[in-house]
Amino acid sequence: MSGLDTLAPAYPEIFMSISALVLLMLGVFRSKDSTVLLTWLTVAVMAGAAFLAVTGIDEARTFHNLFVTNAFTIFAKVMMLVGAGLTLLLISDWAVGEKVARFELPIIVLFAVIGMMLMISANDLISLYVGLELQSLSLYVLAAFHRDNIRATEAGVKYFVLGALASGLLLYGSSLVYGYAGTTTFESIATAIENGPNTTGIIVGIVFVISGLAFKVSAVPFHMWTPDVYEGAPTPITAFFSIAPKIAGLCLFMRVLAGPFEPLIEQWQQVIILISILSMIWGSVAAIAQKNVKRLMAYSSIGHVGYALIGLVVGNEEGARGLLFYLLIYLVMNVGTFAVILSMRVKGKYLEDISDLSGLAKTRPGMAMALAILMFSMAGIPPMAGFLGKFYIFVAAVNAGFYSLAIVGLLASVIGAYYYLRLIKIMYFDAPGAAFDAPSLTTGIIMAGSSVLMIVLFVVPAPLVNGAQAAARALFLG
Amino acid sequence: MTALANFVTQLPILSAVTFLPLVGALFILMIRGDDATVARQARYVALWTTLFTFALSLLIWVRFEPATAAFQFEERFDWLPQYRISYHMGVDGISMLFVILSTFLTPLCILASWEAIEKQVREFMIAFLVLETMMVGMFCAMDFVLFYVFFEGVLIPMFLIIGVWGGGRRVYSAFKFFLYTLTGSVLLLVALLAMYFQVGTTDIPELMNFKFSREMQTWLWLGMFASFAVKVPMWPVHTWLPDAHVDAPTAGSVILAGVLLKMGGYGFLRFSLPMLPEASAYFAPLVFTLSIIAVIYTSLVALVQSDMKKMIAYSSVAHMGFVTIGVFAATQQAVEGAIFQMLSHGVVSGALFLCVGVIYDRLHTREIDRYGGLANNMPKYAFVFMVFMLASVGLPGTAGFVGEFLILTGTFQVNTWVALLAATGVILGAAYMLYLYRRVVFGELTKADVKEMLDLEPREIAILAPIVAVVMWMGVYPMSFLDIMGESVANLLKQYHGALATRAADLEPLGSSFIAWLR
Repeated sequence: MSGLDTLAPAYPEIFMSISALVLLMLGVFRSKDSTVLLTWLTVAVMAGAAFLAVTGIDEARTFHNLFVTNAFTIFAKVMMLVGAGLTLLLISDWAVGEKVARFELPIIVLFAVIGMMLMISANDLISLYVGLELQSLSLYVLAAFHRDNIRATEAGVKYFVLGALASGLLLYGSSLVYGYAGTTTFESIATAIENGPNTTGIIVGIVFVISGLAFKVSAVPFHMWTPDVYEGAPTPITAFFSIAPKIAGLCLFMRVLAGPFEPLIEQWQQVIILISILSMIWGSVAAIAQKNVKRLMAYSSIGHVGYALIGLVVGNEEGARGLLFYLLIYLVMNVGTFAVILSMRVKGKYLEDISDLSGLAKTRPGMAMALAILMFSMAGIPPMAGFLGKFYIFVAAVNAGFYSLAIVGLLASVIGAYYYLRLIKIMYFDAPGAAFDAPSLTTGIIMAGSSVLMIVLFVVPAPLVNGAQAAARALFLG
Repeated sequence: MTALANFVTQLPILSAVTFLPLVGALFILMIRGDDATVARQARYVALWTTLFTFALSLLIWVRFEPATAAFQFEERFDWLPQYRISYHMGVDGISMLFVILSTFLTPLCILASWEAIEKQVREFMIAFLVLETMMVGMFCAMDFVLFYVFFEGVLIPMFLIIGVWGGGRRVYSAFKFFLYTLTGSVLLLVALLAMYFQVGTTDIPELMNFKFSREMQTWLWLGMFASFAVKVPMWPVHTWLPDAHVDAPTAGSVILAGVLLKMGGYGFLRFSLPMLPEASAYFAPLVFTLSIIAVIYTSLVALVQSDMKKMIAYSSVAHMGFVTIGVFAATQQAVEGAIFQMLSHGVVSGALFLCVGVIYDRLHTREIDRYGGLANNMPKYAFVFMVFMLASVGLPGTAGFVGEFLILTGTFQVNTWVALLAATGVILGAAYMLYLYRRVVFGELTKADVKEMLDLEPREIAILAPIVAVVMWMGVYPMSFLDIMGESVANLLKQYHGALATRAADLEPLGSSFIAWLR
């Protein structure tokens, strides 16, 4: 490979970066407000990038081994792009007539996504950090986008300060790993660990790296920022927060732990088990007391990250497949749920309290049914796809002998079921409040589509599982 | 005509019976018009769908081959190929009658809700049809994961039925029902995953042929017990049942008592006994103890209830105690008796709830003291209620007698004390049922509003008459049911005792050393 060919594996990222700059120009020089137009163009860019990723090179490294692409990264990227694209559709709907929206919004989202793509493809602690920071920086801005709102500003600052701390931890851990392994490339680290007599320093480094990454995926005990940011950010941005960064973060987590640090699996497994159990339990318990639906979703996603981390704990192909499949289901569930939350609007005013949903079954039966299906799916009750997501994770755990982890996870899911059921109770059992405005076409389609998908994916999961399987295999080959 | 006959014989009949109600639900979803039109049409669509489903399910009975213990009408499609988990349906002599029981009770429930359900009729009918799909699917499932899916899926429509259309503390009861059952179910799921890990498949026939190690069996058995015991329900995890029964609408109570409780007993028969024979034998004393407590204690509790539904709910716990005794006594008579008792209890307790519903619709109270002297102005009702009351007591010639008699005979051969103590439940049962009947139906007709109550209307007769016929049929000629299950039960017990015989030497039931010490 020489010349331009070396860029080929990174075509999707390069395409997105150039498009982002072009769109920025377009936004600046167009006299009218072009938020909606730019949002749709950004969706098109993402679709193009996904196309490039799928049709591009299957297995390659470039930039002196800093960047890798294989079936796993492609699968993760496409999944993330789909999630980001769908949330952008929600943004485009919301941006109409909303004063907060500005044309920079979709472009910052686009930059965040570029950062995530780089994270997923990183094959070196340095490129990992660069991708992660591009993502984080964009997310800080997005969190504080409601800049005249005191809560949003608080969320942004909180996120920034804690995020900077996490990045520091990650960086410090990386430097320790570099110090003891003498390299930052993933493969060389693995070799160094296998050959090296003294791995204590590296283990300390790994703990720091894990802390930094756990912060990014909002796993307990690094979750404190999540409810505040979810509540403070504009709702479609919250939807974005709950999907794309989580997918990217967990895939990166998987790549780092199953790649360079694979030889130390017995050491990091204990840490991840603890994080996973804490996330599952705290995500379920703390959600019970929430009154704001966005805060509720924050705790819900903390819980879901806990389940996904079980797939990581298992640390084999089966676990990776479970994780990817779980993320896919999680993506669809969250997009659908946020579509409903975005439709919680009375005479143009957005509502966020759980109690505002009361009696929805009588005022908007279709919306209530969609949300009920999604909630049952989140709780993991068959016959919804959420059950299969959990099923694949737990089979992997039990097959690898993690019985107690599976039992704790399942009991936590019972606690979780309580607050998902509470939403259903409010919609179906309580007396109706003010009727919501009719949802817009796009939101309605996303809402209906995702709830139907919950049942369809339950009946025919095989195609997606096969995709996840191929991706997981690639992860453990490379 | 031959084309039709061909179609009928090649029809995947179990799937057809399972999913036909869903088709009806789709139709109901598509009804358009004002509220009154939607409600009327939803009722009719639901009624015709369930009646047609019932007719179709009778075809299973007609074509069922009772001379074999093998699974019949099998269907199989790949579902999760990576895990060798398939959509596998089939019935044997044990499960077939439960399918019929479910399809028989559902149209009656729709009729019973005809006027009682006034709000959100469309949603109610959809929930009920989905519920039927889940129930039938559960009894037909021949794959453990598929079974689990239907087993859990039942919770969703039932939760909504109690919560939306119930009365009293409906929200509390709906949550209690859901979370109790779910907690048990997830432990069943762990057992399921562990079994899968051992065997590499979740196909029920294959699992039945697999020999799990002794230690493994113990844990698996406990995991399953957590789920099935809640469902049965056994003492002390029965407390959700009185609440759920009292607050559910009539139709919900009927299905709850008639079918959902049977899922636990069916689970013991389908999974615990054949797959974990040694653990079942080991834990049998535990089950006996809990069941006897259930029979005696809940009978006494039933005696002091002032709410009719609550009383019948407690009587259900007592009757299901007989079932668990019969299952774990593991003799031919006892197990056949247990299945028969489940069927008869399904019909009789369902009918009793319908009877309560009849007078509740008129006076809107379930307080026993508010009634009295109904024999004077409601003679037809008094007659029908008497038939079911006597069937519940276990009078010879009614359905209730056969099951209890077989269970006691079968258990007597295994353990005299258990049989003796369980038999006291029959006496207590007679006490509380007759006491209830005396207070509601006999006595002076003094209360003004009770005087004005009208006797059964044609719709109610149409609901109750078929059940009277079935109750008498089961009591007078039980062989038409026992013949069907005989071969499957014999095969189950042959496997069970065969597995025990090979390793019986070192198998001591739970608590046997304690009993030895007592002596």
